[in-house]
Amino acid sequence: MSACFHCGDECRTTVISHQDKTFCCHGCKTVFDILNDNDLSYYYDLERTPGTTPLEQEGKFDFLENEQIVAKLLEFDEQDTQVVSLLIPSIHCSSCIWVLENLNKLNPAVKTAQVNFPKKTVRITYSSEILSLQDLVILLSRIGYEPYISLDDASEKKSNIDRSLIYKLGLAGFAFGNIMFLSFPEYFEVNEFWLEKFKHVFRWLMFCFALPVAFYSGRDYFISAYKGLRSNILNIDVPIAIGISVLFIRSTVEIIMDWGSGFFDSMAGLVFFLLLGKFFQQKTYAFLSFERDYKSYFPIAVTRLVKNETNDSSIKKEEQTQVYELKKGDRILIRNSELLPVDAILIKGNALIDYSFVTGEAEPVNKVSGDQLFAGGRQQAGVIEVEVLKPVEQSYLTQLWSNVIFSKNKQSAFENITDSISRRFTVSLLVIAILATIVWMFIDISIALNVFTAVLIVACPCAIALAAPFTLGNLLRIFGRHKLYLKNSSVIEQLAHIDTVVFDKTGTLTTSVKNTITYEGVALNDEEKALLTSTLRASNHPLSRSLYAILDKNNIQTLDNFKEEVGQGITGVINNRKIKVGSFGFVDASHKKTQEDAHQRTAVHISTDNIYKGCYVFYNEYREGVKEVFDTLKKTTGIVILSGDNDGEKEHLSTLLPKNTTILFNQKPEDKLDYIKTLQDNGKNVLMIGDGLNDAGALAQSNVGISISENVNVFSPACDGILDASKFKEITQFLNLSRKGIKVIKYAFIFSLFYNLIGLGFAITGNLAPVVAAILMPLSSISIVVFTTIGTHILGRRFNESK
Amino acid sequence: MSIIYMLLAISVVVALGFFAAFVMSVKSGQYDDTYTPSVRMLFDDELVKESKTSITTSKEESIKTKE
Repeated sequence: MSACFHCGDECRTTVISHQDKTFCCHGCKTVFDILNDNDLSYYYDLERTPGTTPLEQEGKFDFLENEQIVAKLLEFDEQDTQVVSLLIPSIHCSSCIWVLENLNKLNPAVKTAQVNFPKKTVRITYSSEILSLQDLVILLSRIGYEPYISLDDASEKKSNIDRSLIYKLGLAGFAFGNIMFLSFPEYFEVNEFWLEKFKHVFRWLMFCFALPVAFYSGRDYFISAYKGLRSNILNIDVPIAIGISVLFIRSTVEIIMDWGSGFFDSMAGLVFFLLLGKFFQQKTYAFLSFERDYKSYFPIAVTRLVKNETNDSSIKKEEQTQVYELKKGDRILIRNSELLPVDAILIKGNALIDYSFVTGEAEPVNKVSGDQLFAGGRQQAGVIEVEVLKPVEQSYLTQLWSNVIFSKNKQSAFENITDSISRRFTVSLLVIAILATIVWMFIDISIALNVFTAVLIVACPCAIALAAPFTLGNLLRIFGRHKLYLKNSSVIEQLAHIDTVVFDKTGTLTTSVKNTITYEGVALNDEEKALLTSTLRASNHPLSRSLYAILDKNNIQTLDNFKEEVGQGITGVINNRKIKVGSFGFVDASHKKTQEDAHQRTAVHISTDNIYKGCYVFYNEYREGVKEVFDTLKKTTGIVILSGDNDGEKEHLSTLLPKNTTILFNQKPEDKLDYIKTLQDNGKNVLMIGDGLNDAGALAQSNVGISISENVNVFSPACDGILDASKFKEITQFLNLSRKGIKVIKYAFIFSLFYNLIGLGFAITGNLAPVVAAILMPLSSISIVVFTTIGTHILGRRFNESK
Repeated sequence: MSIIYMLLAISVVVALGFFAAFVMSVKSGQYDDTYTPSVRMLFDDELVKESKTSITTSKEESIKTKE
C-alpha cells in the first residue's frame, strides 16, 4: 500500500496517481497542485509528507461576511492594512512554518505572515481592499491550514503577558554579579593600604546595587509573607522575608557605622536563586489552554433567517449573525456538522444530534419537528431550521458555568508541602534566635544582637524554598514529555495525594469511534449479505457507515429501489428481495417483546422479506489498557465511574472493573459536580478524568481535573491537566511518579536542614563572617538544585523503563 | 590611584548599558517565541525564487531518499 505524498496517510480506497506521486484523496492532490504551481514545492523537501488533508465545508466561513465579526477578529485595521492573528491547530512542522510565511506567493495581497510555532498561530498582514478576511481564511483552508475561530475570539482580549518575573530575575542576577565583584577584595585583603582608602566607595556602590534587589526583586516575598500572616499562615515566604530584611538592615547599619562590609552579596544571591526557582517552576505549554469554557467550543456566528422586508411573503433572507446577538424567537439555520449554540425548538428538517460532548450520551439522537434541542449538540444530517428559545448565556449547558466553583481559585485552598514544613521551621527558627540572644546577653551583651541577626540570616530557608520548585519543575517537564500536560507544578503535589479516581465513560474510557460490532440472531446467507452491504452503501447514517466498513464488500449490486426514512431505517430492494435495516420498530413492527431491551443498546436490526433476522450490536470500543489501568489503580485508590449515558453498557463495563466499583449512569453535569463534592466532604482527594463539556463542572470541583484528548490541539474543557489519549494506560504510573517526587522533596528538606545546622553553629557562636555566609548560601542552594535534578532524572529514567 | 573612581564609573556604566539592553529585549517580546526564529533562519535562502532546474533536482533527491 502506498502512502500519500502530501499527508502521509495510507491510500486506502482510492489511489490517485499524479506526476509520479500518489495521493490518498483529491483534497491532498489539490493542495499539491496549488503549491507546485506557485513554486512552493520546497514544502515537500523540508519535511516528508508534511501536509494535512483539507476539509472542505461549504459555507463554513460565511460568517466572515459580517463586518462586525471581522472587526472583532482584526488586531489592526486601517485603510489597506489589516492584521489578523489566527490559531491554526494543524501547524506541526517546519514545512508548515515555511509555507505559511510564504503565503504572499499564493496571494500577493498578503504582505507578511509570521508564525508563532509554540502557540500555533499565524499573524498575517494583508490588504482587505484586494483580499477579504473570508477569502484569506478559505485560502488557508484550501491548503490544509484551517483556522480555528470560536466564540472566544469575539470576547475581550486578555491583557499582555506578564514579564515582571523575568525583569526581577534579570535585575537580581545583574546586581548579584556586580555586588560579588565589589565585595571580593575585602574578603581576602583586610588591611591593605589602598583597600582601606577605597572600601567605602565599594560598600556604598554595593548598597546602591542592593537597593532595587530588596525593594523590587524581593517584593513578592514581602507581599506574600504579609498576606500569609494576615490569614494566620506561616508560609515559607515569612522566614524568607525576615531573612531578606534582616540581611538588608544589618548590612546597611554595618556600612553606616563602618563595622564591616555587610552581607549584600548573600542577599542578592538569595533573591536571585529564589527567583530562579520560581522561574524554573513555570513551564507553560503555549499551544494549550487550561482555562477554556464553552466559548472556545461554540461557533462565533450562525446563519439567521430574516424576513425579507420588501415583500412579506415567506421568502427569507439568510444573514450571518453573531451568536451573542441571538434573541428568543429568532430562526436559525444549522447545517450538517455544525454546532447548535443555543437551546432551540426544531422547526424544519431532520435532526440527528450528537450530544456526546455535552451530555456524554454516546448515540446521536433523532429529533422531530417540535422537539427541544439543547445547546452544544452537533447536527449530523442535513440542514435544519430551529427557533431560538434562550440566548446563549442562559442555555441549559452554559448555565453550568454560573456555578460558584468556576469563580473559585482552586490552588489557594491547598497548603503545599513547603508551606507545611515552613510552619514548624519558622517557629523553631525564632525560638533558637531568641534563646541564643538571651544566652549571649549574659556572656557578652555587645554581640547579642549580632548573634540574633546572624541566626536569622544563616537560617534563611533558601535551600528549602528551592527544593520544591526544582523537583516539581523537573517533574512537570517529564510529564510533558510523556504527553500529560499539567497547568502548573502544584498540580503534581495534589496528584500525589489522590485517593479516589473518578472516570467519565463516553470519550474517556471509550474512544470516540464505536466500532466493536457483534451480530446476534439468525445467520445471514451470502445473498442476504450482499443485499445488506449494497443497501448500507447507499446510506449516510453514521451507524450504516461504520457497519459498512467492517462487512465484506463482495458482490455489491446496484439497488433496484432504495428508501431512507430518517430516524427509522433504510429499505433496499434487489431482484424483488427486500431488506430492511434500522431500528427495531421500523424493521419488525409486529414484535414488541424486546423493544425495551433494544432501546437501551445501540443496535441495527435487520429483516429480509419481512422476516426478522437479527441485529448488529454496537459496543463502545474501550481504550487500550482500560482493564490494566483499573487493576493497578485499585491497589492504591478507589475508582468511580460517572456516565452521562444510559446504562446499556453496564454489564459490559462491570466485567472490566474491579468488584464493588461504583458505577453511576444518567448523570447530568450538575450531578457529577455534586457527586465529587460529596466525596470531598467525606475527606477524599478526588482526581477526575473526563473529556467533554459535561465534565467541566466535575473537573473544576475535583482536586485535580484531567481532561483526556485524542488531539491536544482541539478543544478541551477547563482543567488542571490535559492527557493525550494514547497515554491513558499510564495514569497509574503518573500517580506513582508524583508520589515519588514528593519523597524527593522530603529528602531535599533533610539535606538542607543539615546545611542550616552548620550555619547555625557559626551563628550561635558569634562567628558568622560575611565570607562564610557568602559561601554557605550559594553552596547549599546549588547542592539542593543538583540533588533534586539528579533525583528527578532517575525517576524519569525509571518511568521510561517501566513501560 | 584616583583613576579607580573613573574605572569604577566606566564599569558601572557598561554594566548598566547591558542591563538596559536586556530589559529592552524582553520588553520587545524577543523571548516570547524562542522556537520559530530558530527554524526560520534556516529558510532564508529558499525565500529567493528558485530556478526550475533546481526544483527538479531537489525533487528527484527527495524521491530518491523516499525509496
